[in-house]
Amino acid sequence: MIEISHVDKWYGPNFQALKDCTTSVAKGEVVVVCGPSGSGKSTLIKCVNALEPFQSGQIILDGIKVNDPKTDLPKLRARVGMVFQHFELFPHLKIIENLCLAQEKVLGRSHDEAMVKGTKLLDRVGLKEQARKYPAELSGGQQQRVAIARALAMDPIAMLFDEPTSALDPEMISEVLDVMVDLAREGMTMMVVTHEMGFASKVAHRVIFMDGGEIVEDALKSDFFGSPRSDRAQKFLSKILSH
Amino acid sequence: MNYNWNWSIFFEPAPGGTGTYFNMLLSGLWLTIQTGVFAWIIALVFGSIIGVLRTLPSKTAYWVGFAYVEFFRNMPLLVQLFLWFFVLPELVPRSWGLWLKQLPNAPFYTAAIGVGLFMSARVAVQLAAGIASLPRGQKQAATALGLTTVQSYRYVLLPIAFRIILPPLTSEFLNTIKNTAVAITIGLIELTGQARSMQEFSFQVFEAFTAATVMYLLINIIVVTGMRFLERSLAIPGYITGK
Repeated sequence: MIEISHVDKWYGPNFQALKDCTTSVAKGEVVVVCGPSGSGKSTLIKCVNALEPFQSGQIILDGIKVNDPKTDLPKLRARVGMVFQHFELFPHLKIIENLCLAQEKVLGRSHDEAMVKGTKLLDRVGLKEQARKYPAELSGGQQQRVAIARALAMDPIAMLFDEPTSALDPEMISEVLDVMVDLAREGMTMMVVTHEMGFASKVAHRVIFMDGGEIVEDALKSDFFGSPRSDRAQKFLSKILSH
Repeated sequence: MNYNWNWSIFFEPAPGGTGTYFNMLLSGLWLTIQTGVFAWIIALVFGSIIGVLRTLPSKTAYWVGFAYVEFFRNMPLLVQLFLWFFVLPELVPRSWGLWLKQLPNAPFYTAAIGVGLFMSARVAVQLAAGIASLPRGQKQAATALGLTTVQSYRYVLLPIAFRIILPPLTSEFLNTIKNTAVAITIGLIELTGQARSMQEFSFQVFEAFTAATVMYLLINIIVVTGMRFLERSLAIPGYITGK
């Protein structure tokens, strides 16, 4: 589904954000990407739907080359859902309008069709009653669930999560993770940047550990939590699991 | 001070034969309003286009926006009006120049366009600042949903940015109306122009300019009230600009 091969990315001439990154996510697979801050996890995931350009290597998404200038990027992006650290709901639109906007403007669905789909997905994340509110009137956890519903409304073939729980208060993290766990169990293809190792051990198939722009470790979940091979991964795990 | 106050001067017939001095001032007021509104529309349209150009990733777009803004904001308004009114007709091919000079209402169009373009540079800078103040994730979220750049601006970035810059835009609207007074120098007999001719005909300088002052004050109070109303009706519940 997602094939990343030998991707290099520089910010300016001196800073290399990604170094020869190669990995893949199969259909129905859940891959967790972790690593210290500044290690390039978010950059890597944003390269997948071309939110960030990269200089060499290639990424193939469902058979379509992302970094081909001939690729219709908006069309490709519409098929991949993305959830951001800071939710990024559109503040001037009501919750239900947030869910309808791209359905109507990008997929060309009728307003009624979009409303039905949107309402169904809000119900699924437990927020049907909030449909007429504005994003700023919801808690962080609720906003993030809306953001997931907004991405799902596009019937994506895969979902990208960029630290979806990092900006949340502790008591709101689980309500978001619950939605993600359900999604994973239904067989959604997911690439998730997160530090939630509980989530990783529960639903991930593979764990990728990044440091300094490199993929240091790309292992099956059992191997990663059992015996991570690199020192850096071991150090990272001991730091985040010790408390 | 040896001054002969005469407040009933407004009801005496003016030498133009078109009614009283009050009618004369009113016709000036009407012309000021027309010029101001026309100029403001031009300022908003051009300011929005240039403001957006200044925020696009394209280098060319940025430089076009930069050059435009610096051209129009670094020259005194008076000089700009002289350029459009006296210099432009000499620079273009002879037949166009003749056409320009024979244009009926040339001072009106020159003033509206001149003031409008001058103010558009200021609108552009404010809009660009408003767009730049939005979290980067908003554009990314719109892009990730498959919206094109035009759609992202139309449905997401501009509706929020314009709400943010509404208070400073009110000041710019007021400035636009007040700046139309400069057009007296190219022969536009708007409110200030009529006050001056009233002074010259009647020698009642204080009455004439008191009346003009009150009239300027009135239009601007109406604009401020209208803009406050607009701000309130567009406020987003719970969002910072909603206060």
